[in-house]
Amino acid sequence: MTLETSSKRFPEQVRVARADVNLQQALGKLKLGLSVMRSAAVDRLPEFDRLRDEAAAIRDHTLNHLDHYLLRFEAAVKERGGHVHFAPDAAAANAIILDICRAANARKVTKGKSMVTEEIELNHHLAAHGITCLETDLGEYIVQLRNERPSHIVAPAIHVVKAQVAEAFAAHHGEAPPGGREEASALMAEARSVIRRHFLEADVGITGANFAIAETGTTVIVTNEGNGDLTQSLPKVHIAVTGIEKIVPTLEDASTLIRLLSRSATGQEASVYNTFSTGPRRPEDPDGPEAFHVVLVDNGRSSMLGTAFQDMLRCIRCGACLNHCPVYGQVGGQAYGSVYPGPMGAVLTPSLAGIDAAGHLPNASTFCGACEAVCPVRIPLPKMMRHWREREFDAGLAPRGQRIGIAVWAFAARRPRLYRLLAGTGARLLKLIGGRRGHLSRLPLGRGWTAWRDLPAPAGETFHAAWRRRRSEE
Amino acid sequence: MTRRRVGLFVTCLVDFFRPEVAFASIRLLEAAGCEVVVPEPQTCCGQPAWNSGDRASARALALDVLDAFAGIDAVVAPSGSCTGMLRQFPAVLGVDHPRHAEAVTLAARAFELTSFLVDELGFEPSPVAASGDAAVTYHDACSGLRELGVREQPRALLAAAGVAVMEMDTATVCCGFGGTFCVKYPDISGAMVDDKLASIERSGATTVVAGDLGCLLNLEGRLLRVGRPVRALHVAEMLAPPDAF
Repeated sequence: MTLETSSKRFPEQVRVARADVNLQQALGKLKLGLSVMRSAAVDRLPEFDRLRDEAAAIRDHTLNHLDHYLLRFEAAVKERGGHVHFAPDAAAANAIILDICRAANARKVTKGKSMVTEEIELNHHLAAHGITCLETDLGEYIVQLRNERPSHIVAPAIHVVKAQVAEAFAAHHGEAPPGGREEASALMAEARSVIRRHFLEADVGITGANFAIAETGTTVIVTNEGNGDLTQSLPKVHIAVTGIEKIVPTLEDASTLIRLLSRSATGQEASVYNTFSTGPRRPEDPDGPEAFHVVLVDNGRSSMLGTAFQDMLRCIRCGACLNHCPVYGQVGGQAYGSVYPGPMGAVLTPSLAGIDAAGHLPNASTFCGACEAVCPVRIPLPKMMRHWREREFDAGLAPRGQRIGIAVWAFAARRPRLYRLLAGTGARLLKLIGGRRGHLSRLPLGRGWTAWRDLPAPAGETFHAAWRRRRSEE
Repeated sequence: MTRRRVGLFVTCLVDFFRPEVAFASIRLLEAAGCEVVVPEPQTCCGQPAWNSGDRASARALALDVLDAFAGIDAVVAPSGSCTGMLRQFPAVLGVDHPRHAEAVTLAARAFELTSFLVDELGFEPSPVAASGDAAVTYHDACSGLRELGVREQPRALLAAAGVAVMEMDTATVCCGFGGTFCVKYPDISGAMVDDKLASIERSGATTVVAGDLGCLLNLEGRLLRVGRPVRALHVAEMLAPPDAF
């Protein structure tokens, strides 16, 4: 397992997140922003739900024949003069990318937004070997300056407020430009002018790929800022890094998925740039890279095939599950301690990093189902989180208190007469303690409840006791 | 019309905390023409075990429920959450289990109270005596809403009873209960219930009604803690005819 996480510290990270005023302000906007826009976009597309069924079927078909489509993709890329590299894990992927950069004598690399390169921690690896890797997506750029991980798979700096961006720019760019650092537009202009220099100086451009099309050997990026296009077309070498599961059979399939992706992610009918890259520059092309490499990263994905977690590989990284998750909405992405936060991360992170490292994530859910309700490829996320809880329980990794609690309760619940005795005694006792107030503020073993809530006192007589009494009096 | 013989699945929370919800459910079902029985050996649907990853305990409890409700036309619970669990029984047992077919039959006969009254019986309750005084909002409990499609049914019953619902802007957002979640992650759960209380306040309601006692205990517990004069009532308590006992 090669995904680094700090998910074991989830409870402490939650406390930090809840106490972070800037984060809470930023999350407040998220609740009213992306989910509202998605719902408006879905309302404008009557066939949206039918498209979801089609998309899930496309993804299932591809995953069931993944070996076939990976080989077709490789052949198609080669046919057009490009190179395909299969990386079994993060270390292999980093080594492949470093080799390509070294062969190009690269000192500076620009990067478009890519979650897989976050997953394999590519920037650190290149930096350790003397190559500067510069993020060009505005959100990723801000996160890179702040030396932290993205907190959202689509909007990496959603946890950062404007004043913090100004602070980061002041620390790294020095004196403020004439436009100042008060307005968002000024900050954007400043970032643009800084990043533009790097585009022209970069020796290699690295992007992710939202999809890799098997029939044509094409990688696709769906973006809004245009930085991805400059990243991949200006330098001499373009490397597209993506997961092996991002393969789709045909251009037509990619088009179906893109229609869902933009609407689910940001509520846009189409993102501003949908860029298709097929091979290196041909003699008659006006521009494009001289070399085109695709690095297909496994890093734990193939071990999900054929298991209860295969459906997770349908994910197209739209982020809708994060935007609609009430837990994510309270704590933001960084509390999860993984580059993949929220509901999709609660399933994917344990798959890639192990349930012993990420047990909190599938547990920190009310199973409210809001994620599954909006997922464009209908991934049964709560069901899969429950699967992870089962694996955790079976491996003896669930917290001791919880295991004992469930065991004692289940023992009693299987013995109705004992259960009635215990329930009857408990209800009378709590009613007594509740007294005239009718509620309790403290409970032995119940601090989890009473930290935030009182406990309304029971009626005193359980239903089953009252029912029996009434029937005998009748 | 033949009287339907309905088995009430009381739920462990109602049994322990608020028996009146079960009595109210019985009165509603009887008013709708059902014969209600309460199978004696029932305790809990097993959801705490199932959602904690303890499949063996969940399976044992599912088999107990199958035994208790054998031969009954319909199983009705005043809870979308527990009904959702009863509908999971085929998955809990697995296709290879000798009693899988029984679990499939039970799942098909398991109903949440308000959807049973509306969709199966076409029931319209009598006007509620105190309806005029109450400023009511309705919280959609997650399992009922997203697993069972319970949304219009409780509203239709409340409307027929003369209760106007003042909708919250986040009626369908989770209240933060989530079974064991609320005690495992109290800080997140507490923040969620506070958002819900703010939404109730914005609606102007002084009574919050829901179809699941878990959510209601969570809401009421927080309302009591912060000292807000909002009542939390189960939809059956709101709608049932007075107790003639």
